[in-house]
Amino acid sequence: MDHEQGARPPDQAVAAAGSRRSRILGGDGGTRSILIATASTVVFFALIAVIVVTSPGWPEVKKAFFDPEVFADSFPGIAEAFLLNIRIFMIAEAIILVFALLIAVLRSLPGPVFFPLRVLAIAYTDLFRGVPTILVIFLLGFGAPALQLSWVPTDPLFWGIVALALVYSAYVAEVYRAGIESVHPSQDAAARSLGLGRVQSLRYVILPQAVRRVVPPLLNDFIGLQKDSALVALIGPVEAFRQAQIDEAATFNFTPYLATALLFILITVPLARFTDWLIARDRRRQLAGHA
Amino acid sequence: MTQDREALRLEDVHKSFGQAEVLKGIDLALAPHEVVCLIGASGSGKSTLLRCVNLLEPIDAGRILITGRDVTAPGVDVNSVRRGIGIVFQSYNLFPHMTILRNITLAPRKVLGTPKERAETEARELLARFGLDARRDEYPDRLSGGQQQRAAIARALAMKPNLLLLDEVTSALDPELVAEVLEVIRELAAGGMTMLIATHEMAFARDIASRVCFLDEGVILEEGYPRQIFTAPREERTRRFLERFIEAGRL
Repeated sequence: MDHEQGARPPDQAVAAAGSRRSRILGGDGGTRSILIATASTVVFFALIAVIVVTSPGWPEVKKAFFDPEVFADSFPGIAEAFLLNIRIFMIAEAIILVFALLIAVLRSLPGPVFFPLRVLAIAYTDLFRGVPTILVIFLLGFGAPALQLSWVPTDPLFWGIVALALVYSAYVAEVYRAGIESVHPSQDAAARSLGLGRVQSLRYVILPQAVRRVVPPLLNDFIGLQKDSALVALIGPVEAFRQAQIDEAATFNFTPYLATALLFILITVPLARFTDWLIARDRRRQLAGHA
Repeated sequence: MTQDREALRLEDVHKSFGQAEVLKGIDLALAPHEVVCLIGASGSGKSTLLRCVNLLEPIDAGRILITGRDVTAPGVDVNSVRRGIGIVFQSYNLFPHMTILRNITLAPRKVLGTPKERAETEARELLARFGLDARRDEYPDRLSGGQQQRAAIARALAMKPNLLLLDEVTSALDPELVAEVLEVIRELAAGGMTMLIATHEMAFARDIASRVCFLDEGVILEEGYPRQIFTAPREERTRRFLERFIEAGRL
């Protein structure tokens, strides 16, 4: 009674990997295209280097931005301050994952009874996507403590994290919502027809599929959040960017900013590559599923 | 007096989608262990009728009674009603993120509170009956259409429904996979399952049905024993509908 569906032939997996490489390299991904890609890359960057190095202001810029001594002196302190950035975005991300899901679920509730909740969710996402992040950080960081309520925290770090979580939850809620809406209504019908309630259907059938689909765009938003953790510096906490400012003020040299940029790249680039890998894996799985 | 012995009774059921009235007063009754086939052109309202019985679509007028109880009355707990009715869809609608076994045990565990062990034992018995026990740990997209549809039927049966609704369950299947699914349904009929089946498989309907209803533009135009409907239809429109199947050599 069983019918062989035929597992994916191995050469198809190789072809998938090859096509990915050839998309980046251009051409068929063979030796010839690797050579051409290498040559044009070398020429391109050599040209930029020549333009920069031969510019009239280069000696000044070199001293101000690429001073190895200043780099070596400031890097350990900035790296230590960067731990605060990591703390900020890790805590914010944990809050966002839960809070944004709540907003998205509220917005997806059907029927007239839930109209006020839907309106609230829509107003929230509109507001916090509409106001620049830095304004939210300022308004909360300076405004909330100024209320002088004994039970309201006055720590600027606390309010910085809250502001980031509020702003990015609005984006991530929209990502979640797109995921929920991408699950075909027949899935809900199947769940409900088995006697599962609305919440059970959401929890066991709709959300697991929705969340899986939106992991790549969600990580994309997290890359943005990690960079924006530097904005918290503007209300006081000494994170990497603020530490670089302090170093710059002491040395009159901009190299500390370069060190800070390097630290951000060190964490955002791996996350970006991981996101790409997840997308490619999902595409391969889909191809396998419909083979 | 007969009412409480009926598995399902529809009284003057109306249903519209916007301006379009899809069901224009359906009356239908099923006795326990009866198998009724709904035939008719696409768009005649067969699927809508089944979805209304399962309360997936609210009806605009009329009543639906399940074992004598009005399930369209206000305040009825729809989840408890659906527990007693299984439905199988044309496009299977298995949960793609769960293994076959979990697809089947989800509702018994979460709705009925069946302990995991027992739910799995029962699910495996069902799967074995349908020749699918070896595939229980695979995900739906690794199975053929026929296997997926059999798994979907097993999922509906895991809730031990009193009534099973089948909505063109073979229409999405490649021709060579149709037989294995029909075989399962035949087995269920032989086992006494009460079923309301929307189908385009006329030969199958003729063999299995205790009664056949011809749906045309939202009404049951003709109803009778399979032999009568398929050999001597009273209505001109029934005759014209069936002629196409006879010409195609499918009857």
